[in-house]
Amino acid sequence: MTTTTTSPPVHGGGGAWRLVRAELRRRASLKVSLAVVALFALMTVAAPLIGSLGGWGPEEFDKSAVDPYLGGLPIGPLGGVSAEHWLGVEPVTGRDLFARVVHGAQVSLLIAFAATAIVVLAGTTAGIAAGYFGGRTDTVLSRLMDLTMSFPSLIFMIAMMSVARDVDRILLMTLVIGLFGWPGLARVVRGQTLSLKHREYVDAARVGGSGPWRILARDILPGVAGPVIAYTTLMVPGMIATEAALSYLGVGVRPPTPSWGQMIAESVAYYDTDPLYFLVPSLCLFLTVLAFTLLGDALRDVLDPRGSRT
Amino acid sequence: MILYLGRRLLQVLGVLLAIAAVTFTIFYVLPSDPAAAACGKACSDERLEAIRAHMGLDRPVWSQFADFVTGVFTGRTMGTGQYALRCDFPCLGYSYENSENVWDLLVDRLPVSASLAAGAAVLWLALGLSAGVTAALRKDTLTDRALMVGAVAAASLPVYFTSVLLIHGLIRLTGLLPYPQYVPLTSDPLSWASNLLLPWVALAVLYAAMYARQSRGSMIESMAEPYIRTARAKGLPRRTVVVKHGLRAGMTPVLTLFGMDLGGLLAGAVITESLFGLPGVGRLFYGALSTGDQPVILGVTLLAAAFIVVANLAVDLLYAVVDPRVRY
Repeated sequence: MTTTTTSPPVHGGGGAWRLVRAELRRRASLKVSLAVVALFALMTVAAPLIGSLGGWGPEEFDKSAVDPYLGGLPIGPLGGVSAEHWLGVEPVTGRDLFARVVHGAQVSLLIAFAATAIVVLAGTTAGIAAGYFGGRTDTVLSRLMDLTMSFPSLIFMIAMMSVARDVDRILLMTLVIGLFGWPGLARVVRGQTLSLKHREYVDAARVGGSGPWRILARDILPGVAGPVIAYTTLMVPGMIATEAALSYLGVGVRPPTPSWGQMIAESVAYYDTDPLYFLVPSLCLFLTVLAFTLLGDALRDVLDPRGSRT
Repeated sequence: MILYLGRRLLQVLGVLLAIAAVTFTIFYVLPSDPAAAACGKACSDERLEAIRAHMGLDRPVWSQFADFVTGVFTGRTMGTGQYALRCDFPCLGYSYENSENVWDLLVDRLPVSASLAAGAAVLWLALGLSAGVTAALRKDTLTDRALMVGAVAAASLPVYFTSVLLIHGLIRLTGLLPYPQYVPLTSDPLSWASNLLLPWVALAVLYAAMYARQSRGSMIESMAEPYIRTARAKGLPRRTVVVKHGLRAGMTPVLTLFGMDLGGLLAGAVITESLFGLPGVGRLFYGALSTGDQPVILGVTLLAAAFIVVANLAVDLLYAVVDPRVRY
């Protein structure tokens, strides 16, 4: 529908990654966001290990840290921050906030990353197939994309999550979030593939006797990789926010399993009496989303200077 | 143009039908028995069967779906014998929970959600576009940097956090604004606006930030086009060049985004409405979920889907108005 002509980005072998590294050196904000992403990624991989540094498990009660006469508010300043509980404790239960935030990072980010992986796999495959094979394949896939995009996705996710009873909530949430994410990426990839498939080097490969699969793998896929990486990085914050929204509404991850959205939901009622309890998960959510946005911006500027912006 | 419109309207109908079918299948096939819920604990088998037959649950799913679709277009009679109930066009069935007509429920709640969405949209368009265009025209200056840093930060703020901050800062501490309660626009416009101001701001912050980023990008692109140079060379005042030539073409991508966001807003309102306690469609939906009230869930889903497709259609038609290069 848009009439802007997209001039596809230039990719020259390892050149793209050299550009990324140069860009990284140029932008200070990028270093900070990479560090934040690395930190939270580490939490995702090694949550039990990092969490155990504080000496408490995420679901372990500590009644001695809360005051039963004050409605279970944490004892001590700043929501019970002490040498024993580094970020304080949860009101009423006395569960260690540091342990919960670290394990919450694992749950939140695992869902976001896994859903992103589904989207990348499905979106790239569908996009390349639609763009390269064209014809009926394109018609069917494009209609499917339009249809999926017309779904009120959040409403649908909430409804599906609330109807399902005895299933692995984390797995289901990953699948449901992934299910509604792929058409956006597929459209970008389809557009990119369309512009690539009649380039000279692709024609040359075809004349040289390469079969369609070989062309797809060797010539098309590297060409769409840049936009996919940029788009994907910018997609992660949305995934994290969706997980948080579902858990906040009580249809996602359920207590005692921590996730950031679920922690925020529980702590909203205490924002006044125990601000730190509310601030810690909110701040984690904010930092992660911010870091991924900055990273995605930079990657897009380098890998996909003009394309894929609708 | 007429032909195009006709084709698109048919498409809209097809999409809505498909969405209804998928929703219907999911919620009616999954293991939950509304008849048992309606019957209560001390329920004999015969009575359960009777209720099933009354609700039409004893028939195959496709036949139930066909009934549902017929009901939407022509209205239908639900149940049999002395319990028969006439449900007029557009019939979305009756709530399992309180036997109210789903369409009436939706119509009742829609003004709240629509007020929330419309006010927030006006606010974020005004804020986002002015910030984005200002930044684009002053590209690479301090103003540009400051605006964009602000926009990235604001786009990353969780809506829960913004809302709590607003509620605490503007209601609890200063007492400047009332705690949001819905007052119909028609009865008292001033109090309608002052009550909804906080939810509007909470919702608009996130979108304004995204729109500032998007409109800056597309404005920079459109200002680099050759026709802008031509317009300048003709000696047109800068204001005319920016507004009539630059902005007009630069708005196409923003319009796309706006169509998608506006359509999705009804769904997004679930969270805002629950944070601020507003009795809109989002709350209705959330309540229906906890009780497994399938007709209401189906009704809200369809309404939200209708919003999305209609918003997209409206945007596609607007392209032709905004961008002189687009013709149907």
